[in-house]
Amino acid sequence: MHETVGAPVAPAEEGASAEGLVRLSQARPGDRGVIADVRADHATAHAVDVHELERRLLEFGFVEGAAFEVLHQGLFGADPIAVKLDDMRVALRRRDAADVWVRLEAAR
Amino acid sequence: MSEAALPPTRIALVGNPNTGKTALFNALTGGRQKVANYAGVTVERKEGFLTTPGGRRLSVLDLPGTYSLRARSPDEVVTRDVVLGRLDGETAPDVVVAVADATNLRLVLRLILELKAVGRPMVLALNMYDIAQRQGLRIDLEGLGRELGCPIVTTVATRKRGITELAEQVDALVESGALATDNAWHEPSAAEIRSAHREAQRLLKAYVRPPERPDTLTGRIDAVLLHPVAGLVILLALLFLMFQAVFTWAGPPADAIEGGVAWLGGLAGEWLPDGLIRSLVVDGLFAGVGSVLVFLPQILVLFLFIILLEDLGYMARAAFLMDRIMGGAGLHGRAFIPLLSSFACAIPGVMSARVIDQKRDRMTTILVAPLMTCSARIPVYTLIIGAFIPDRTVGPGLNLQGLVMFGLYAAGIVSALAVSFVIRKVFWRGAVEPFLMELPTYKLPSLESVLRNLWLRAEIFISRAGRIILPLMVLVWVLSTFPGPPPGATDPAIDYSFAGIIGQALQPLFAPIGFNWQMVVALIPGFAAREVAVAALGTVYAVGDAEANVGALGARLAEHWSLATGLSFLAWYVFAPQCAATLGVVKRETNSWGWTAVMFVYMVALAYLASFVVYHTAVALGAG
Repeated sequence: MHETVGAPVAPAEEGASAEGLVRLSQARPGDRGVIADVRADHATAHAVDVHELERRLLEFGFVEGAAFEVLHQGLFGADPIAVKLDDMRVALRRRDAADVWVRLEAAR
Repeated sequence: MSEAALPPTRIALVGNPNTGKTALFNALTGGRQKVANYAGVTVERKEGFLTTPGGRRLSVLDLPGTYSLRARSPDEVVTRDVVLGRLDGETAPDVVVAVADATNLRLVLRLILELKAVGRPMVLALNMYDIAQRQGLRIDLEGLGRELGCPIVTTVATRKRGITELAEQVDALVESGALATDNAWHEPSAAEIRSAHREAQRLLKAYVRPPERPDTLTGRIDAVLLHPVAGLVILLALLFLMFQAVFTWAGPPADAIEGGVAWLGGLAGEWLPDGLIRSLVVDGLFAGVGSVLVFLPQILVLFLFIILLEDLGYMARAAFLMDRIMGGAGLHGRAFIPLLSSFACAIPGVMSARVIDQKRDRMTTILVAPLMTCSARIPVYTLIIGAFIPDRTVGPGLNLQGLVMFGLYAAGIVSALAVSFVIRKVFWRGAVEPFLMELPTYKLPSLESVLRNLWLRAEIFISRAGRIILPLMVLVWVLSTFPGPPPGATDPAIDYSFAGIIGQALQPLFAPIGFNWQMVVALIPGFAAREVAVAALGTVYAVGDAEANVGALGARLAEHWSLATGLSFLAWYVFAPQCAATLGVVKRETNSWGWTAVMFVYMVALAYLASFVVYHTAVALGAG
């Protein structure tokens, strides 16, 4: 259950939580690590509600424990990002990636 | 009692996108396929037939790819409802064939667990097994099959390997009397998705050994193609090539089709007595068929590129690179291919909006595609610019006529982005769909599948679009022909027709934007296709063979119209939905007269507004 993962309590505006987790939307190409918590809490106008976004992220493999590496980002606003998730590649916008909290590996 | 009289056993192919499901469908059924739409929706229903080695007849449904039975798009709703036996007019499949990319099992295992809950007899086809073997990926087929409780067949659909075995497994499953158990599927909650992931992870750990030589090619290609700068440059170069091809490759066959149909029409004309029947056949039917078929070469060239890029796996990359630019206007990254196609012609543009899986994003794209400057506007622009804009240099390398032409293109692009922004605010209340997209591994497309797909597009365009476009063409002919001129009439015949009557009746409406009644009359046949307006203006101003004689017509227009009127007509043509064929295709693709009406109304409103502003500004500046 993801409730046991130690959900960060940081407010949505802040990038990092007390447990050293950061939002995937803050990651840069080359960053890698493990997904720690998927929890939709965005306040922006989405076509889908938070629970739906959480389930979509999960269905694309953004699930607690999955290893990831940010591969690429777009030219304008560094958006969207391409992420290697275990053995597949997924593209997503940073606004959607904000709902994925990750633990970054120490810089190589 | 004969075997053939029994209804065929129904099987359905279900899997993630990019697993080679359609290749497997083609390998199973060969040419014995039929394509239609599911009742009431625009989702394509692809069914094929085969006879198994055991003599059983199978009907195979190729269901839209999905990551979950939770169904987020209209395509995925069809997949879910067919599997659950809920779709009107469809019976639940006797056997579900789950199709998986053997090199990318994680997500599909979760889908398979959902399919298990549905309770239908199931076979798992591990496709692209050759690639898995080359990578040194090892799968314990027996163990995995035992845990999943279904037989597993390894296949290489593109080489037709494992196809017979798959058919035999289906046979054996039906023979053994395997029956559907109760459906225990319900829409999974987030917690259930997580636990299914854990189960999939456990299965992977127990039965799959990771590849010894994982694919690095995709990563290396992406390093170039997804590079923020180089990637965009390559994309632009590709688009330029595609554009060039649409105009150069499609030109000769389009001319040949136009000539051929006109020749056949002429031939038919000789056989028929002079009069209404001949006019209907030659000017109505043949000219109508010709004006539809002439788009076919452009459509085929464009779809050849689109299918190749899609099968290669590049399309998702292009969407990635363009997403931010399109996203500013509230469009999906994938919208740029349809919009780009619309520079050639809105018809293939609207058709290619199928690559967008979110319904809202697809509707927005379809609604704004006709604002892009299509090639049929060029003859109209050329005529009016030639007649009213002086051919003079306004700066180094800048010609005033060229500048106006560029301005008209820019007006199309800017208005398309602005309108999509407004549509999102008005119809979707500012909501933005999440953008999540798999970037598949690169694969070489198979020639057979590309050609089959291309043929399918051609067939769909000719048969179904033709059914809507042709009647509209005949309607335009009726309006421009009846009633005929009274004996001894001196004015052009069209002045006495319904088009003439309607044109003169509507003229007061168009007076505020500076149109005279001849222009309004020309707009009616010009509704068949934009460039027809040139010929129609030739008819009302009695300039013979106007298309070959643009100079003479231009001079005539310059005599009769003020500059303000000429500019107003240009503004009208940037926005007005002067194309029956596009409206026909929009109706077909959206399956809704409502959306077609929304498009028609907003385009007329924009055209009127733009012409009004242009006309009055020009008059105020002394160009009236």
